[in-house]
Amino acid sequence: MSVTSKSDGAAVRTSQVMRRVIYLVLLLFVLFYLLPLFVMVVNSLKPLDEIRSGNMLALPHMWTLEPWLEAWSKAQIGVQPTGLKPYFVNSILIVVPAVMLSTLFGAINGYVLTKWRFPGHKPIFGLMLFSCFIPFQIVLIPAAKILGWLGLGGTTWGLVAVHVVYGLGFTTLFFRNYYEAFPTELVRSAQLDGAGFWQIFYRILLPSSGPIIVVTVIWQFTNIWNDFLFGASFSDYDSQPMTVALNNLVNSSTGVKAYNVHFAGALLAALPTLIVYVVSGRYFVRGLMAGSVKG
Amino acid sequence: MQNYQRDWLQRMLPRLALSPSLAVILVFVYGFIVYTSYLSSTNSKMFASTDLIGLENYVRLFNLPNWHLALKNLGIFGGLYILICVCLGLFLAILLDQKIRGEGLIRPVYLYPMAVSFIVTGTAWKWFLDPGIGLEHVMHLWGWDSFTFRWIKETNTAIYCVVIAAVWQSSGFVMAMFLAGLRGIDNEVLKAAQVDGASPYHMYRRIVIPMLRPVFLSAFVVLAHMAIKSYDLIIALTNGGPGRATELPATFMYSYTFTRNQMGVGAASAVIMLMTVAAIIVPYLYSELRERQHERN
Repeated sequence: MSVTSKSDGAAVRTSQVMRRVIYLVLLLFVLFYLLPLFVMVVNSLKPLDEIRSGNMLALPHMWTLEPWLEAWSKAQIGVQPTGLKPYFVNSILIVVPAVMLSTLFGAINGYVLTKWRFPGHKPIFGLMLFSCFIPFQIVLIPAAKILGWLGLGGTTWGLVAVHVVYGLGFTTLFFRNYYEAFPTELVRSAQLDGAGFWQIFYRILLPSSGPIIVVTVIWQFTNIWNDFLFGASFSDYDSQPMTVALNNLVNSSTGVKAYNVHFAGALLAALPTLIVYVVSGRYFVRGLMAGSVKG
Repeated sequence: MQNYQRDWLQRMLPRLALSPSLAVILVFVYGFIVYTSYLSSTNSKMFASTDLIGLENYVRLFNLPNWHLALKNLGIFGGLYILICVCLGLFLAILLDQKIRGEGLIRPVYLYPMAVSFIVTGTAWKWFLDPGIGLEHVMHLWGWDSFTFRWIKETNTAIYCVVIAAVWQSSGFVMAMFLAGLRGIDNEVLKAAQVDGASPYHMYRRIVIPMLRPVFLSAFVVLAHMAIKSYDLIIALTNGGPGRATELPATFMYSYTFTRNQMGVGAASAVIMLMTVAAIIVPYLYSELRERQHERN
């Protein structure tokens, strides 16, 4: 059941007039989904007074990149007028290790839970799976305590740890479902040839795991980059991720509201995940599906 | 003897490889759940305390008007969010399944909001729905002077703005789920019905939609748990306001725990949230895992 696969199409036939209406409706919804993106792009390229006196849906009269520069390196977010740049760096420092570690452990877990089953593997997987869905409010208080206790409170490493722990459920799920379809006979015959646990993993499973690694990396990247709750709860001024900084920029600016800078900042926060989506949307959709239709 | 030890190690190796992850999940998920539940029965304010007070925090919680408001808002928001996403998702999926030219261009456009952070979504819609510069202002400039749209500024309508932004973000995803379901239906079934002279409307109403029941269930489960967990969007779009008009359980928990120094009550609200999610997710996961086993046998 893949969305991208071309089936014979619907067998239900529709008339010509009907088809026109269908295209029209589909087009209207294209506009609806593009509207916020259009608003953000157009208004991030206008001077501020053009937004206040002019039309939000109109193209700029005077094109300017000033709001983007302002959002990137000048806007006042914390104490210093640093722009979003340091927070963008924080997000990268959090995302890269967290994605790598959670993907690696997910692969190992999926491998064990499908090819080296032992009594009780099912409830263990159930426990891991349920951890994907818990409302994180239930762990906020003890997590804040433990991070402080470990000396990781308010650091990007603390956020890395949190994202690895609470991402394990999904990464394990992805790899387990993928390895489930991998022929166990190959593993068994390699075993008879004397290959050990890790050898089989490196030489046989991993080389054919390309697609699921891409799906998992994209899923984790998107989730962690877009996270706000953990970022807001466990970071200090100098370790805040992009989403938290953007929210501070938009919601706590005193005095004149620089809408154009807000939009440019929002686009800066959205760009990494949007680029990943445009480049490899197919894998992103596969991750979404695997994360929802558990079957 | 050495051989025996090596064999033992070989046999235990898989379990050892799994154990770090398992230990981490047992402690940081389930241990933390136990700890938060424990806190919810203590007299914790700004700091965790060990004075057990039974269910008093829960009694206080359910006597707080703010909590009632959060639950009512969750009912309105969650109900509309799920209903609109499912209807719109199904509708768009059916339209897209009519051998549409350019489907490969339309589908990604419907789905891209899912890749964007709720904070970004909130920022975009916050200013677009703002009467001063957004939609209302645009309509006035276009000459429709009597047009008013100030939902986001008013106490009893602000929650519907949250619905609009959340539907914008998730409906394309629900569409993709339904589309995958439609593509999975055997065309022979439809052709047979067509030979029998069923109209397109009847075909969908009587044959196709009933066959999509598993997708309805998945969509409901995914959307319901997203609704209960909604936090980021509220913060970015309305910050719980105007006043406390768009308070949801997630924002309630955060403010009571971290800014109002009522940790016991905050923990109690987190436990209620967890139990609500568990009531939806556990039966679903249980049946999904069992079904898969049946398929294999």
